[in-house]
Amino acid sequence: MSGVRILVGTRKGAFILASDGARKKWEVAGPHFAGWEIYHMKGSPADPNRLYASQTSGWFGQLIQRSNDAGKTWEPVDNKFVYDGDAGTHQWYDGTPHPWEFKRVWHLEPSLNDPDTVYAGVEDAALFRTTDGGKRWVELKGLREHGSGPRWQPGAGGMCLHSIIVDPNDPERIFIAISAAGAFRTDDGGKSWKPINKGLYSKYIPDPTAEVGHCVHHIAMNPRRPGVLFMQKHWDVMRSDNAGDSWEKISGNLPTDFGFVIDIHAHEPETVYVVPIKSDSEHFPLDGKLRVYRSRSGGHEWEELAKGLPEKNCYVNVLRDAMAVDQLDECGVYFGTTGGQVYASADAGNTWMPIVRDLPGVLSVEVQTVS
Amino acid sequence: MIRVVLPPHLRTLARVLDEVQLEIAGAVTQRSVLDALEAQYPMLQGTIRDHVTRQRRPFLRFFACQEDLSHEQPDVPLPEAVATGEEPLLIIGAIAGG
Repeated sequence: MSGVRILVGTRKGAFILASDGARKKWEVAGPHFAGWEIYHMKGSPADPNRLYASQTSGWFGQLIQRSNDAGKTWEPVDNKFVYDGDAGTHQWYDGTPHPWEFKRVWHLEPSLNDPDTVYAGVEDAALFRTTDGGKRWVELKGLREHGSGPRWQPGAGGMCLHSIIVDPNDPERIFIAISAAGAFRTDDGGKSWKPINKGLYSKYIPDPTAEVGHCVHHIAMNPRRPGVLFMQKHWDVMRSDNAGDSWEKISGNLPTDFGFVIDIHAHEPETVYVVPIKSDSEHFPLDGKLRVYRSRSGGHEWEELAKGLPEKNCYVNVLRDAMAVDQLDECGVYFGTTGGQVYASADAGNTWMPIVRDLPGVLSVEVQTVS
Repeated sequence: MIRVVLPPHLRTLARVLDEVQLEIAGAVTQRSVLDALEAQYPMLQGTIRDHVTRQRRPFLRFFACQEDLSHEQPDVPLPEAVATGEEPLLIIGAIAGG
C-alpha cells in the first residue's frame, strides 16, 4: 500500500512524519540533528531512500547530511561551498556594495533521475551542484556572473537562492529564484542564465519593472506542465505560461496577496494553493484566522479553505519552502508554520488536520509518496 | 597526548562522548591542534574554522588554563599544561541564546 513521508525542517532539528495512504494516523520520527536549524530536507525522486538535509548553525556553520535508508541513519558529506573565483559584490540593504559571503544552504533539489546529483541554492545567492552524492560541491557560476549580480540585494531573510525547479522534459532547463533578485532560467544546464521577471511590478525598488531586484518568495511548477510557472512574490501572486518569459498577476479576489508559499495540485495543473499573510510588516494571517486559498482556475478566482484550521488567535507565518503536495490519487496538501504545527489535508484542501502541533518553528516541508 | 573538549553539538557530530585526545608532532599551537582534530574527525572541517579563511568562527572561543586564547595568533604555542596533556583545550560555543 502506498503512503507518504513528510520531511520537516525546523529551527531545532528535522522530523519525518509517516502515514499510509489514508493519511489519518501518523508516526513522528525525530528530532534528527537536534538543536540545529534544518533549512531543507528532500528525497531523491530516483531513489526515495536517498535523502539530503541542509543542517546549519550560527555557531558551527553549514553541514550537509545524507541518508541512504529513508532517514533512519545519516552521514555528513562535504560542506565546503566556495564561490568559483572572485565573488565580487552585491547590494547591501542600503544600496552600498557588499562582498558576497557564503552563509547557508536554503534549498536542496535532487536530480529527477540520478540520486547522486543534487543542486543547492545558497545564501549569498548562488547555485551549487554535486554529481557524486555530496562528496564535492561545485558552483554553477554562470548564474552569479550573469552580470546583474551587483544589483541583487538581500531580502529580510538574507540574499537567498530558495527555489530550484528542474524541467522534467529537459534537464538542461532549470528555473531558480532569489530574494531579492528575481527569477532566472538556464536552457543550457547552468552555463548561462537569463532573468525572467518581465511583468513583475515591485514598488519597493527604484524602477518597479526592473530586470532584476524583485523579491520573489517562491515559484512552483507542476511537472506535468513544465511551461507553466506560478509565483508568490513579496506582494502579488503571478503566473507565467511561457516558462517565465512573461508574468501575469493572478491575485484576483485574495484578501491579501502577500505571502510566502505557493504550490500546485499534483494532478490538476490549474489548481493552485497559497497562504495569504497580512502584510510585509505583519507576518501573520489576517484577523488571526489561518487560511489556505485555492484557485481551481489557475488564478484570479480563489476560495477560502478553512475547515480544520484555526479560527482565531493564530499569529503564525508559513515560510516559503513550507508547503508541499503528495502524488496520491486524492492529492494531499501539507504545510508547516512558524508555530510548529504541520497541517495535512488528504482531500486536496477541503479539510485540514494538524499532524503535530508543537514542533519547533517549521522552515520547510517536503513530501515523498512511497509505495 | 593533547586533550580537546568540544561543544556538545560537535561531540554529537564527531560521535564522541567525552574529550578527544590527539597526537601532535611538533609545536602545539591552535593551528596544529585544529589540523590534527580535523584530520582525525573530518566531519568537523568547516565547523570550527571557516573553510576558506581558516579563521575561527565568530561564535566560538578557545579557553585553556583559565585563559581566553581566542585571539592568540594560530601559530603561537599553547600553554605548557595543554602541550603536556595536563589541561585540555576547551572549544566553547558563545552563550548566544536560542
